[in-house]
Amino acid sequence: MISITELLTADFFIFALVAGLSLSIVAGPLGSFIVWRRMSYFGDTLAHSALLGIAIGLITGGNPQLSIVISCLLLGALLVYLDKNPSVSTDTLLGILAHSTLAVGVVLLALTDSIRVDLEAYLFGALLTINSTDLIWVVVIVAVVAAVLYRYWNDFLSATVHAELAVIEGVNVERCNLFLVLLIALTIAVSMKIVGVLLITSLLIIPPAAARKFSESPEKMALLASMVGALSIILGLFSAFYFDTPAGPTIVVFAALFFLATYIFPSVQKN
Amino acid sequence: MDGSLESNPKLLIAAQGINKALNSRNILQGIDLEIEEGQIVTLIGPNGAGKTTLVRILLGLIAADTGAVHKRPNLRIGYMPQRVQLESTLPITVHRFLRLANPPSNKEIEASLSQLNITHLAQQQVISISGGELQRVLLARALLRKPHLLILDEPAQGVDIAGQAELYELISEIRHENKCSVLMISHDLHLVMSSTDEVVCLNHHVCCHGKPDQVSTDPAFLELFGANVSTNLAVYTHHHNHEHDIAGEVKSSDS
Repeated sequence: MISITELLTADFFIFALVAGLSLSIVAGPLGSFIVWRRMSYFGDTLAHSALLGIAIGLITGGNPQLSIVISCLLLGALLVYLDKNPSVSTDTLLGILAHSTLAVGVVLLALTDSIRVDLEAYLFGALLTINSTDLIWVVVIVAVVAAVLYRYWNDFLSATVHAELAVIEGVNVERCNLFLVLLIALTIAVSMKIVGVLLITSLLIIPPAAARKFSESPEKMALLASMVGALSIILGLFSAFYFDTPAGPTIVVFAALFFLATYIFPSVQKN
Repeated sequence: MDGSLESNPKLLIAAQGINKALNSRNILQGIDLEIEEGQIVTLIGPNGAGKTTLVRILLGLIAADTGAVHKRPNLRIGYMPQRVQLESTLPITVHRFLRLANPPSNKEIEASLSQLNITHLAQQQVISISGGELQRVLLARALLRKPHLLILDEPAQGVDIAGQAELYELISEIRHENKCSVLMISHDLHLVMSSTDEVVCLNHHVCCHGKPDQVSTDPAFLELFGANVSTNLAVYTHHHNHEHDIAGEVKSSDS
């Protein structure tokens, strides 16, 4: 069996670790916003429809990473538009879009038999097969998302806490809502290789849910969530390698264990 | 009401001929409203009379169907909304909540907390404080804007009776100390009477307006409100020159 030192000098493992840890930096704060704004179903829909983006990217023969990013951004913008001009309830709309886009994506991928596609890798991630190009995409996108989050943190928070007060205090709440969705879309786009479209929402919302009980401020909750996410990724990666389990689901299992553990430990919140 | 921002330099905000329909029901019809510097204007009227809708139009949160709202250039408005319910998954202290506005300096936050006698709440979670405390926190956040005009939507809602009188007194003090005008929606006329300059009685249109004693000189009026502090239905005994049908439309007007 390969030793930990050998594993930590292996390119594929380092790539996987760096990609996962980069993702957890933005997943903590973004996931917190998803929890606070009750957008987890929204995130799920976005993630499911990302598969359609992959299919379109493969068919048109464009750069796969770029086509995933662009299609996720377009779908995010479309969701914001549909949400603002509802013909059915948001809940129903998301339910229709989440599954129909996933279905269309799978069907399209099956039709393009000229291209060999590992569907499972997109659905559940293939973190241990990540290459240097994938890693660069993850790091660049994470840097962009982190920069925007940092720049607009107070506005995003104000718009989330009380939208009307934020509007009156001069915050462009509509722009904040759009930006947040686009940031989530970007994060989902680069997470696909890491945990896959079916599991990405869980990596976004489980760590903040575990962190909630131990936080007195939104900033602390976001930071703790990032730490829980990072720990899940580290533990998940090692376990996946040594027990030969799929990396994405293993990471999510660890995140879920952290969440369960918060029920066992007493709350530190004073109020 | 006539006149505009040009003809009256003391005017902060003037709404003219506001009409608004929601779900094809007329909520507001031909509303004129003016607020001058240093004035406290109280908006009264039964539930569903369109008071909150009018306030939201003045704030620019929603648009009127017809009519116009003129604001003095660079007018800063502080707003205290009705029934704030914060997301329980979002941990935030009172201090951090106040820091969302603008964001102000710590010194300004402390000054505003002490003006409202809630310094002790600074490190408490917003979701854990009482209704009356939350109203004060919201008032503090509105004041951090250094507003020319303070708009309060039922500021005493969820506050116990003793706290209500105190809160209105505080609002009256704030008007002088912070040199701002106040527009508030209130059902507690017996409490706001003494400090209100103008009462506007709204039921989809402006039924009547004027000084509190003009709007109601009937002694039974005060007695009625005094006996019904808990009710949120404003009942007033002044004489209307028209009646409303069940939908709130004016049935006849002979003025």
